Amino acid sequence: MRFWRRFACAVLLIVVGLSLAANWLAPAGYAKQYRDDPGSPPSHQHWLGTDDIGRDRFARVLYGTRISLLLAPAAALISTLMAALIGGLAGYLGGPWSRAAMAVTDLFLSLPWLFLLITVRAVMPLNVSPMISVLVTFLMLGLLGWTSAARVLCSSANALRGSDFVRQARASGIGSARLFWIHVLPNLKPVLYAQFWISIPVFILSEANLGILGLGVAEPLPSWGSLLKELEGMVSVGEEPWKFVPLILLVVVVTSFQFVLSKQDELAA
Amino acid sequence: MSMLGRLVRHGLVLIATVLLGGLLSAVLVRLAPGFDVDESQLDPHLNSQSLQAIRQTRADQRNIFRYYFHSLQRAAHGDFGTSLSLNQPVGTLLRERTPLTLRLVAMGLLLSWAAALALSMSAAWIRVTAYDVLATAVSGVFLCMPAAVLALLSVLWNVPGALAVALIVFPRVYRFSRNLMAKAQAMPHIVTARCKGVSELRILLWHVLPIAGPQLLAVAGVSVSIAVGAAIPVEALCGLAGVGQLAWQAALARDLPLLMNITILVTFVTLLANSGADIIGHALRGNEA
Repeated sequence: MRFWRRFACAVLLIVVGLSLAANWLAPAGYAKQYRDDPGSPPSHQHWLGTDDIGRDRFARVLYGTRISLLLAPAAALISTLMAALIGGLAGYLGGPWSRAAMAVTDLFLSLPWLFLLITVRAVMPLNVSPMISVLVTFLMLGLLGWTSAARVLCSSANALRGSDFVRQARASGIGSARLFWIHVLPNLKPVLYAQFWISIPVFILSEANLGILGLGVAEPLPSWGSLLKELEGMVSVGEEPWKFVPLILLVVVVTSFQFVLSKQDELAA
Repeated sequence: MSMLGRLVRHGLVLIATVLLGGLLSAVLVRLAPGFDVDESQLDPHLNSQSLQAIRQTRADQRNIFRYYFHSLQRAAHGDFGTSLSLNQPVGTLLRERTPLTLRLVAMGLLLSWAAALALSMSAAWIRVTAYDVLATAVSGVFLCMPAAVLALLSVLWNVPGALAVALIVFPRVYRFSRNLMAKAQAMPHIVTARCKGVSELRILLWHVLPIAGPQLLAVAGVSVSIAVGAAIPVEALCGLAGVGQLAWQAALARDLPLLMNITILVTFVTLLANSGADIIGHALRGNEA
């Protein structure tokens, strides 16, 4: 298992490295159109061919990977921080606070995740600039994805609240706020790390789903979601197999995260 | 807690959560940019009194609680409002489209549970590492694919939408059931039974399943929620006219009143499934005791 975990880490590092080097590796920008070459198959000039309006697919995959792979962890960070604050505080304070926070959490969890995302996305304007659409999509993932993590953190903080060292600290006269920041929160670190890593593949897949449904990152900015939208127009699998490269890359990355996660599960346990 | 008490508690939680969910979506609808804007106000043929009347109608909706209360009042009389994008009564739209979604979700759940249980039970029965690894790898591949891609592939391969829903739900159910069975198999009394020479099939049916059963029921409740979520991309991309497609169309057209009603319906269905699973699980545990 350790070998596979290291292999997964190496794969992730390579993919992140390649996406960061997109400026040097890609033959052109993600929006540059080769108008004489729309929908062309892979060639020496265009390794993965071009899309329907002549944009180099390899360049778009590299830039799209960068957007999805860098912003999903950012969204995961937001959701983990929110979960730490809401779930951790609710568990630490206990009583009505904990019940109220869990009622809100249950309300969010009662809706299917994708349904919640498209409902909230619909509330915001859809006709926005590509950069704003990226921010809106990943901010939304971060701001809505805290609920299940908050539930775990609430029960962990609740368990810590009754522990000997917290009682001792409280008996020594340490204030509630200091007790939470200095003693409770650091002890939640393993759970926080695990929740952070768990959220990343979930957010990557959610962005892909939103992108395919036309509610994600707006054109011409590429993301895995918008790249996978190309599959919609296909007639058969064997027709243009190179269109599956973003999907294969996504599956490889998410699988690698699952392997890395197995270590985090052990840490959290 | 008695069964009646449990039923009452679940009923109250369900009603409270659905009402709270409705209020939350009403707040979202009310706060959405452009809510106060009505294209008809730009009509040059309207006189000042007509414009005033339109503004007055909108003003009634400004207070969120009043807006929500009026919506509930109308809903109690069977009037769920009119869809802005489709220009049809929401009640009619939901009545027409719910049966298809229910069929799709039910078939998807049936297929996914059959596949997941067959795989996890056979893995627990034959106890061959290669088989277990293969089954986990297959479920892992489906777990790492976006639901919308599975829906697109189902269109590409011309397979029914229910199969796509099943493939989305299957890996989650398989992982849970496999872990539950593996945990149960490691219990001391089962290890003892195996040492005494009891057959693997008997261990599975007599000892493992009764332990894993109630927890599997809890997963059943959650799997309904997953299947309902999966219905959105499947219906949207496979061209199936169900509630999932309606939700997607409402989202694209920013038809917020329609989306609010669908939110309430979906919350109700998923909560009902979870409460049902909890009550049945409790009844089973009670019978065992």
